[in-house]
This record gives sequence, C-alpha cells and structure tokens, in this order.
Amino acid sequence: MITPSRFFLFSTLLLVFLALTSLSFGAVSLSFLDVINGFFEDSEHYFTIHEYRLPRTLLAIVVGAMMALSGALVQGVIRNPLASPDVLGVSHGAGLAAVLYMTFLPDASTNWLPEVALVGGLLAAIVLWLLCGTSSSAIKLAITGVAMAALYGSAIDFVLLVKPLEVNNALLWLTGSLWGRGWPQLTSLLPWLLLIPLGLGLAKHLNLIDLGDDSAVCLGTKPNIIRLISLATAVGLTASCVAICGPIGFLGLIAPHLTRRLIGGRHQVLLPATLFVGALLLVIADLVARTINPPIELPAGLMTAIIGAPYFLWLLFSLR
Amino acid sequence: MTISTDALTVGYHGTAIVQSVKLTVPHGKITALLGPNGCGKSTLLKAFANILKPMSGDVYWENQPLQELSAKHLSTQLALLPQTQPIPEGIKVKDLVAYGRSPHTGFWGNLSTTDLAIVQSMMVQTNVDELADKLVSELSGGQRQRVWLAMILAQETPYLLLDEPTTYMDINHQVELMHTLRALNNQGKTVVTVLHDINQAARYCDHLIVMKAGVLICQGTPSEVLTTEMLQAVFDLKAQVHKDPVSGTPMCIVED
Repeated sequence: MITPSRFFLFSTLLLVFLALTSLSFGAVSLSFLDVINGFFEDSEHYFTIHEYRLPRTLLAIVVGAMMALSGALVQGVIRNPLASPDVLGVSHGAGLAAVLYMTFLPDASTNWLPEVALVGGLLAAIVLWLLCGTSSSAIKLAITGVAMAALYGSAIDFVLLVKPLEVNNALLWLTGSLWGRGWPQLTSLLPWLLLIPLGLGLAKHLNLIDLGDDSAVCLGTKPNIIRLISLATAVGLTASCVAICGPIGFLGLIAPHLTRRLIGGRHQVLLPATLFVGALLLVIADLVARTINPPIELPAGLMTAIIGAPYFLWLLFSLR
Repeated sequence: MTISTDALTVGYHGTAIVQSVKLTVPHGKITALLGPNGCGKSTLLKAFANILKPMSGDVYWENQPLQELSAKHLSTQLALLPQTQPIPEGIKVKDLVAYGRSPHTGFWGNLSTTDLAIVQSMMVQTNVDELADKLVSELSGGQRQRVWLAMILAQETPYLLLDEPTTYMDINHQVELMHTLRALNNQGKTVVTVLHDINQAARYCDHLIVMKAGVLICQGTPSEVLTTEMLQAVFDLKAQVHKDPVSGTPMCIVED
C-alpha cells in the first residue's frame, strides 16, 4: 500500500498527462502546441479539440469517477468485493428501458434516451428494493440483483431478436461508448455530480458497516439507513452515467477494488481515491479504443470488458 | 447508571427467544450470563445493546427505555464485543481501533490528538500496540480478538458487553482476557459477558445470571448460584461442587 498523499499527487499528475495525451491522439495526431492552440477559436484545430476531444475527455473523467464511486458505495454496504452496480441489475435495467424505447418507438427523438435509461435504472432499483425489503442480508441483495440482471439481459436479447431491423442503434449504445458524445451530454450530467459529495459524506459510516451491523449499531450508526442512502446514491450515479454512455461494464467493479489494494479500505481515503482511479481507467480505455486502429473507433465499454472480465475471474478464483 | 429489563420478551423474526425477563444488572461488577445453548443469553445481550428491539416489555438504561435514547448517546454508554467479527479488507490495526472513537468524532471522523492518545493507550492496555501497522486480515484469531477489545475500549463507555469473548481462544489467552476484564472493572467499568465455561465464570465474575429456554432461572454470587441442584435443573448434569483450591471460589466437577 502507498501513502494517501503520494497516491493523490501521483494520480493527479497521471490524470493531467493522460488527458493531454487523449487530446493529442485520435483520427489525427496533434502536437502539444496544437492542443494548446486548439482551445482558442482562431486555431484550425479548434473544432477537433474544443468541440470534439475536450468534452469527450472530460466526459471520460466524470463518468469514470462516478461509476467508480458508485461501485465503492455498493461494495461498502454489501461487504462483498464482487458487488458492483452491474450486480444490482441497475445497468441492465437502464439498458432494457433504452432498448425498448429505441426498438418500439424508432421515430421518437434519441434526445430522450438518457431520461428513459435513467427511469429504467431507477425502476430496476425499486424492483430490487421491493423484492428484498429494507433489512435484507447482503448476500440476498446480491443474489437477487444478479438474477434480475440476468432477466433484464435476456429481455434485451429477446427484443433485439424480435425486432432485428432496429438493432444497429441499440447495439452501438449497449456496448458502452463515448463516441459522438459532447458538450450537451456533459452538461446534462452536471446536476448528478451533486451525488459525489453525498457519497463521500458517508465515509465514516461505511467504515463502521465494515465491522458488521451489530458493531455498527453500537458505534452509533444506523446500518439500514446508511445502506438505503448509499444504494440510492449508487443507483443515481450509475443510471445517469449509463443513460449517457451506455453500460460501461466492469468499471464499477474494478476501480474500487484496485483502489483498495493501493491505499487500503478506510473510506475517507478510499472514496476520493477511487474517483481518480475510475477516471484514469476510463480515459485510458477510451484513448486505446480510439487510437488502436484509426479512424475506426472501438467502444470504450469493449476495452473495460477486455480488462474487466479476466480481473473478475481472477477475483472469483482468489476468493476460492 | 444501570441496565435493567422489565417483562422483556425478545427474539428473531417474530419468534420469542427470551421470555418476560425482569432483572437489573449490578453496577460496577463483572456479570456473566450462563445457560445451555439456545437459552437466550446472547439474545439478551443483544437486547441490552439495542440491536434487537423488544417484542414486548422494555430494556432500560438509567431508567429510560433504550428506544427513547439516541443511538449516538447510547454509543457513548454501552460498547459491544460481538461473538464473530468480520475481517474488514485493507484496514490497519490502528485504524480499526480508531473506529472505536466514532461516537466522539465529527462528520468526517477526524481524530484529535486526544483521540490518538486514547487509541494508543488502549492498544497498549490490550497488548496489541506492536501490531499497530499490521493489516487486521493478517492477524491470528487471538490477536484479532484483542484488537477488537482495544476498539471497544477506545469507545470509552462505562459499560462493556461481551458475547462469548473466550470461546475460540487458547487457555492462556482466556486467562489473560479474564485478567484484563478484572483490570477494567477495577478502573470502574461494569462488564456483562456471555460465557460458556461455568468454572471460568465462577472464578472470575462477581455475579452470575443463569437462563434456560429463554427464562431467567436464578442469579447471585457464584457461591449462591453454583449448586448441584442448579446444574441438574439447568444443564441436566450430575456434578459435585467443590472449592477451587487456588481461588476459593466454587467449581463443578462432573460425575461420570
């Protein structure tokens, strides 16, 4: 483990470096000077940098941070390193709502897609809540979540098979991508950033929940209320991200896990640190996805899945 | 400053385990809760700690029902050592012990110099100060138990509730723990502990409370409580009671 101050210094530098790299590379490679000039309107690269790469890079940072925090909150209250927003079925619920919208209302405006996905994610959370109640065990919540996620996943497949003509749009969105996202998407995500301080504020209570409910009660916290606030915050963070970028898999699982290994499990450090790790991971994934074979772009969700799936399996086996 | 109960019935998922128990825990003493498995001694302890809510009747702290007290206030009065302790990932011993300061710290859980001094002195008292920078997940069972004890001591409550603290320990650590409890008692703390070993309870505790099938059978000093009749009635055990040759407290010897 490394000390928190060293971690934050190093990860800030790395994030700045990667953000600049992300601005430089893509279908066209630009020099560092071109990137700087690109911030000003009279530059020939203004459109590439300011209108295209800058919002996209910022979106990768914000979405990565939000997904990571969401995962850390879920892992904190479910006390299971395999838990993540995917496990709760929130991502799949949002995905199903979006696919239904795209296939059954093909003429409707795609501008409403984020709101539709958000409603789907929240509905999935409410269904989970109705099935499990307020005081259910962590294991029951996780298993029910996995079962619901599988159900939504099958429903998505069913819809895609029944309505093969509208498949293309849906498939593109379902892999999770930052392609074509810009300032409007970033702006629509801004209000949801308020959930970040709310999540960070739970740090002290999440530490106590780590000690088991009985100890948490005796140390003056209310586990069920903390669990409700945490999960609601995590659902809001995930659903708002999925609504914009589609389900970017495994990010909410890997980022908090990696962070815990780097700087330990004290939530006052873990939660802020995981924001950085999540942002770094998604910036890297998007950068690689854009530059691996230009001008063809792979979805960032594909990259996170390529790293995430083996990581998940390794985790599963190391738990025995 | 006492815990008492009146007509307390409490249990899990609508099934009563402890039935209409009325008692007062003696202040300033070490009290043991005894009885066969499933008699409700751990359930009673959890009701004392406000973890389980009464199905009927009440638990009182200083003559006020627990329900009417804030969780925050209660956490400065009663501390609990649970029977099984989950192993938090990536947490150092000194961090875990510092979690015990939670009722006294602010929103973000920042530790003052006073808090840090208390954490240090509790680690010294339970002999885990050398483990301060180790991860809790790297410790042996006995070490972990002592670290958790340091954590609840850091809570600085006048009352300590312990659920079978000696069960998984080697005998030398059991004795050491009972001595630590006496030292804490001499510092003014009231201790209530669930114990399995009757002879251990009779030797190291001041007051015994015996339960069977959720009902309070008898209570009193070890010599009042530990009798052949009680062992027969509660544990269905034929045994003789003799004086412990070292401490002079009663002890039971099982007849065939």
